[in-house]
Amino acid sequence: MFHWLEKHPFFFALSVFVVIAFAGLVEIVPNFAQASRPLVGTAPYSTLELAGRHVYIKNSCNACHSQLIRPFKSETDRYGHYSLSGEYAYDRPFLWGSKRTGPDLMRVGNYRTTDWHENHMKDPAAVVPGSIMPKYTWLYENETDVATAYAEQLTIAQFFSTPYNTPIPMKDGSSKIIKMGDSIAEANALALEEAKVIVADMKDQDIKDAVASGKIPEIVAIIAYMNSLK
Amino acid sequence: MNKNGPLEYDYSVSKLFIMNALFVGTIGMLIGVILAWQMAYPEFNTFLGEDLAEYTNFSRLRPLHTDSVIYGFVLSAVWASWYYVGQRVLKVSMAESKTLMFMGKLHFWLYFAASAVIVASLLMGITTSKEYAEFEWPIDLAITVVWLLWGAGIAGLVGYRREKSLYISVWYYIATFLAVAMLHLFNNMEIPTIIATSPAGETMIGAWWHSVSMYAGTNDALVQWWFGHNAVAFVLTTPIIAMIYYFLPKESGQAIYSYKLSLLSFWGLMFVYIWAGGHHLLYSTVPDWMQTMGSIFSVILILPSWGSAINMLLTMKGEWQQVASSPLIKFMVLGSTFYMFSTLEGPIQAIKSVNAIAHFTDWIIGHVHDGALGWVGFMVIAAIYHMAPRIFRREIYSRSLMNMQFWIQTLGVVLYFTSMWIAGITQGMMWRAHDEFGNLAYSFIDTVTVLHPYYTIRAVGGTLYLIGFVMFVYNIYKTTSAPRVEESDLQNASPMGA
Repeated sequence: MFHWLEKHPFFFALSVFVVIAFAGLVEIVPNFAQASRPLVGTAPYSTLELAGRHVYIKNSCNACHSQLIRPFKSETDRYGHYSLSGEYAYDRPFLWGSKRTGPDLMRVGNYRTTDWHENHMKDPAAVVPGSIMPKYTWLYENETDVATAYAEQLTIAQFFSTPYNTPIPMKDGSSKIIKMGDSIAEANALALEEAKVIVADMKDQDIKDAVASGKIPEIVAIIAYMNSLK
Repeated sequence: MNKNGPLEYDYSVSKLFIMNALFVGTIGMLIGVILAWQMAYPEFNTFLGEDLAEYTNFSRLRPLHTDSVIYGFVLSAVWASWYYVGQRVLKVSMAESKTLMFMGKLHFWLYFAASAVIVASLLMGITTSKEYAEFEWPIDLAITVVWLLWGAGIAGLVGYRREKSLYISVWYYIATFLAVAMLHLFNNMEIPTIIATSPAGETMIGAWWHSVSMYAGTNDALVQWWFGHNAVAFVLTTPIIAMIYYFLPKESGQAIYSYKLSLLSFWGLMFVYIWAGGHHLLYSTVPDWMQTMGSIFSVILILPSWGSAINMLLTMKGEWQQVASSPLIKFMVLGSTFYMFSTLEGPIQAIKSVNAIAHFTDWIIGHVHDGALGWVGFMVIAAIYHMAPRIFRREIYSRSLMNMQFWIQTLGVVLYFTSMWIAGITQGMMWRAHDEFGNLAYSFIDTVTVLHPYYTIRAVGGTLYLIGFVMFVYNIYKTTSAPRVEESDLQNASPMGA
């Protein structure tokens, strides 16, 4: 049979394809629908959080930080409850990472504050002596791209029925609404509203001034995202 | 396609790819070395000054390193070898068909243009974040076109072939083409956000290149590592096996040890490799049975991997003196040995209890690099050393330089993986250490500062490897520009004649 295949390239290629495609079908298809259901209490990202997530991705934070807490005592002691599949239901793309040069960030919002991030991103080694994390000074200058985050919200709401502007059940029985603007102007206004809450806890006067004048530096967006990780 | 007289193979496309492999290889490894020094000494993050810090910082450069060595250096070399080996084992010359030649050149130039766009976009921070698939949708489309051009080129040469039976190398090239096509298409299923319309009727909102993954969370991770693991398999393994199946017998003058073993390893590898992707997701939120399958198949993977490696080493049976006398054979034999080593280490790391310690640590980085530097890098270097004299019709400029390069690079690889083993296991053990009261024994930063000496040793190892690579580039450059022209093609015959 193999000799015959080696003389018939089309059937050879077909056989190779069947053999390699097989594993993917068996592994991926069965659990696909099930794995994408959100947990009660898991909400989609707000406009500024999503923009902050883009800043996180733009700077490849996931190259050094994971967002996956494994079910070991040493990990739950350090980072909090181990990760559950439903918590990732709105993560497109997933940001588990594959290397922990720095600590896991899955629940960083539980134990770090806006103030801490503000100082840390500016000069990590000043906050954590011995840290090898670079300074992310440009985050304090670059302006956040809210429009792209808004475009993504519109896309996921339309294609994946991500529940914006509808009540989402919370763990305590209450419900929460994550707002999405009807226009770019409204999206900007929503993001700015969130940004004002963040800067209230910040010290850098330039950042405060920027937000007061309607601009959102990237640092504000990424802190909004960090604080949402719980 | 009819012509009497001996075949004149045309290597012009191969030549272009060799040049690109040398160029991008140097850049990609240089970035790797910079990253290594940045981890040992963070002040290197601003080596071009504070103003350019955004573009010289570790996290921005890291995808540039991985993508340029995988898709720039290795893939160029793979294609250089295809446009060389393909003609020879199929007994068709590229010069016989204007169409094939045009497609080959288009393949190169489109690939080159796409690479330039990729470099610029990664530096700007335009990325999907998925490892080894960081490219946004316009680039993904370009990659698809480049890939299909190669596929059409394979189909063309195979279609015109005079040699009816496909040589082992061709099996592996075909498998590479099919698997990567499948992986690339399914992992990059994404929706460009530019198509969204706001309720107010606004269109074309935000960055036009931005897209959102069609998979979310756990599913996205599953598809990504099904891709990520097998991109390694089908870019860094199968085409390299294709190369060694041709170049080792050619260079040593020995016939392949066992045809049956090559059959077993080929079909075995095809079936088993894809399953093993799950070992990147052990103890994550993907279903348990999938993690177990990933673990088990990773261990089974030793069989086909060692099948190929043993087949290579036994090909040298009775001719071991060549290892001492030829630096080129040295590269290939040590490459095969590193392949065995790396494909034993991988399955060990895929065992769940070992993975609990190894995952997220530098041991994984060590594993990647003993495979990438020791096996892939050495094989690519050997292949180019074999092809260059035949393509440029000149003997290799300096054998002693080759020898020196071999030893410097070997030392570099050894320093690299030993330091990363120690770093990884140290960090993995420290993360989980508890004191007598059950509290964590170390804060996270303790597990970072302890790694400083190992990061430094690794950076030295990487630097040595880069120095060896620069010697290699110099040697090839001097070979191409040497005045002496060598007309004979032979040296050794087999497989399938000259």
